Amino acid sequence: MRGATRLTWAVGCATAVTLAAAGCGGGGGGGAAAGSSAGVVRAFWTDPQNPLEPSNTNEVQGGKVLEMTFRGLKRYNPDTGKAENAVAESVKTDDQQNFDIRLKKGWKFSDGSPVTAKSFVDAWNYGALVTNKQVNSYFFEYIDGYDDVHPEDENAKPKAQKMSGLKVTGKHSFKVKLNQKFSLWPDTLGYAAFSPLPEKFFTDHAAWLKKPIGNGPYKIDSYTQGQSMRLSVNEKYAGPDKPKNKGVELKVYTDQNTGYTDLQAGNLDVFDELPAGQLKNAERDLDGRYINQPAGLLQTLSFPLYKKEWQTEKAKQVRRGLSMAINRDEVARKIYHGTRKPASELTSPVIKKSGGYKPGMCGKTCTYDPKKAKKLIEEAGGLPGGKISITSNVDTGSHRQWMDAVCNSINNVLDKSDACSVNPVPTFGEFRKDIADKKLKSLFRTGWQMDYPLIQNFLQPLYYTGASSNDTGYSDKRVDSLIDQANESGEQEAVKKFQEAEQIVLEDLPAIPLWYQDGNAGYSDRVSDVRLNPFSVPVFTDIRVK
Amino acid sequence: MGRYVVRRLLQMVPVFAGTTFLIFVMVYAVGDPVNAMFGERAPDPATAAQLRAEFNLDKPVWQQYLLYMADIFTGDFGNAFNGQPVTQLMSTAFPVTLRLALIAIVIEIIFGIALGVVTGLRRGRPVDSSVLMMTLIVISVPTFVTGTLVQYVLGVKWGWIAPAVSPAAPVGELLLPGVVLALLSLAYVTRLTRASISENSRADYVRTALAKGLPRSRVTVRHLLRNSLIPVVTFLGTDVGNLMAGALVTERIFNIQGVGFQLWQGIVRQNSPTVVGFVTILVIVFLLANLIVDLLYAVLDPRIRYA
Repeated sequence: MRGATRLTWAVGCATAVTLAAAGCGGGGGGGAAAGSSAGVVRAFWTDPQNPLEPSNTNEVQGGKVLEMTFRGLKRYNPDTGKAENAVAESVKTDDQQNFDIRLKKGWKFSDGSPVTAKSFVDAWNYGALVTNKQVNSYFFEYIDGYDDVHPEDENAKPKAQKMSGLKVTGKHSFKVKLNQKFSLWPDTLGYAAFSPLPEKFFTDHAAWLKKPIGNGPYKIDSYTQGQSMRLSVNEKYAGPDKPKNKGVELKVYTDQNTGYTDLQAGNLDVFDELPAGQLKNAERDLDGRYINQPAGLLQTLSFPLYKKEWQTEKAKQVRRGLSMAINRDEVARKIYHGTRKPASELTSPVIKKSGGYKPGMCGKTCTYDPKKAKKLIEEAGGLPGGKISITSNVDTGSHRQWMDAVCNSINNVLDKSDACSVNPVPTFGEFRKDIADKKLKSLFRTGWQMDYPLIQNFLQPLYYTGASSNDTGYSDKRVDSLIDQANESGEQEAVKKFQEAEQIVLEDLPAIPLWYQDGNAGYSDRVSDVRLNPFSVPVFTDIRVK
Repeated sequence: MGRYVVRRLLQMVPVFAGTTFLIFVMVYAVGDPVNAMFGERAPDPATAAQLRAEFNLDKPVWQQYLLYMADIFTGDFGNAFNGQPVTQLMSTAFPVTLRLALIAIVIEIIFGIALGVVTGLRRGRPVDSSVLMMTLIVISVPTFVTGTLVQYVLGVKWGWIAPAVSPAAPVGELLLPGVVLALLSLAYVTRLTRASISENSRADYVRTALAKGLPRSRVTVRHLLRNSLIPVVTFLGTDVGNLMAGALVTERIFNIQGVGFQLWQGIVRQNSPTVVGFVTILVIVFLLANLIVDLLYAVLDPRIRYA
């Protein structure tokens, strides 16, 4: 009998739970839709990877917030990608190395404190100092004294706390000395890493991180990490692009497909990370409320030039042959449904022709020509070692699919079934480690997301001898000297010199240009005027809510 | 009984140490998480070294493990790489998943056992075959298909529900995800109950009870059901752990920011403190659930005694 009573108790308990569940159910239903108020844009978000400090944010999700809450000296025009003065009144130089910067008066942070020269200098010093562990600290590497605050050696301690090249000369002016001539440097200042920071960032860092304060068109009302962020219009904003809506609510989604379903159901307004599987349906599903715009992202296929067999003249001919054996157009259409465009040079359409983008510079080398490809490779004595492999991480971006397609394309050209094989690496971290350790013996994927829309950014970090992202180990004296000359000359001249350098790189072909990646987004019928800036971040200030 | 519980609790210690160590090593073996933090570019060596030092990644594995365990015993599960304490993630994620798992378990118990009893007592009749067919369908269709389908039809086509659950995850919004999550186990519970009911319904004690003149309903509930529930309780016990950890697919589909989602994100971003922390808690949940199941046996079957 004893056991029986216990069983009764258990059943009773289960019933109680059900009743409680049903009871709560009545009150909680429909709460999701009622949460947002009129005039507010509801946008897709995922948790930013790093804390939301400007010099520690290097991906789109954190970038979204910074674009809304901060304005630096310059801002990239969302349409043209040109760097235009924002907080800066003027940036002047006579020798391409010493810059005089004057700020506009009247700019304020959303907490009411003024934006001064010190706000910039302190922020940049913070970003550069190695012990602050900021992933974007390399942005400050051209400023004189960077080596003292951020020594290259892993174990070295910083010799100084501040960069000697930064000098505050007045409340609204400061001087910058670079450690080399760099004529396009003022145009790099639109990147979020160069944002000013308020006093509070330094005095109460923990509180600032919980609710960042900036000088941009929006201010943060509430921020629940991993769930949502609500932003409203910053009344103290001094810039010209005042928001055309009442605010933005960023909602964290666990999965892109859920975001897409929510967009279709009308619970989400702006969605900028369409899942790859939906790309071919998006235009129809959303009744044309779908945008596809060039982004500053180029995918290339790199060769391990640090290996002997890839250094010879014959290997160069093989590289050209391989480039001609890839049917870029078909991959872009069939696998990416037009969200990638075949690349014919090493920059990106977002920098525009005035900025150095020159379609077709690669010429025949980047055009699919199976007969010529086969001839070139065979004349050069075939592939080094008889076969090649392509390595990439396969956790994102449909990399596995295009690698298979490219390999098939190469195998068909060479009439062999095993000339090219795919070597998938499970995670991005592992793949990067293999690249950093120079472990890869054959071709590998390299993607480049621009830091700022300048031709310099597509060449110098990648192909200058010993540069930070020169993964192929490419080194050419002519290229180095042309890049140096470009940095010393005025803006117009600089672009030409960079293009000359690019031409040489394309002839040597340390990396095969594959395709330009587009940014895409969908939006609900509740909003209009949605577009993306050159970094594929939605321009929230322009969005109108019906 | 008391001594048995103490013995079982002591046995948990080596299991706990072993599983956490294995998980720690596996997460470590996936590669260097610091590389991934720099996006598509080579990390700057000095900054990377600083970050590795912060997360103890510059030390050998065994030392990292010991440091980690020492912190855990003081209640410090470390920080995720975005600076958020893992305990904070847990305090938001576990209540949500617990709610979801409870809803699923309740649905399983009520519908699973009821269907099992009905079909078990009417073996071979149309009700039995149709329920069996349905369980077969449920078992063979994966959760991500049922989940996405239900979400699309109810959320987008008919507009009855919001497809995504809001961050607070109130019980009302969790009902549908709960049903989706429960479906598979519900099918198993039905089948288990049915098999054991139909087997026991021919047992001597049932015949005796009926012969004594007891009403059929009382015989079914008090005698037959109680004896038939042992395999079902075993299954439900392990299922509690499974539902907590394995709700990953359902959580992603319905945008529920619970344990599965945090684990998944931890794995994708190679955020070892999150992964190891959450799995450690899940290991404890599994161990305790198993202990409770074993104790429940004694309640259901008086012949089982623990000394």
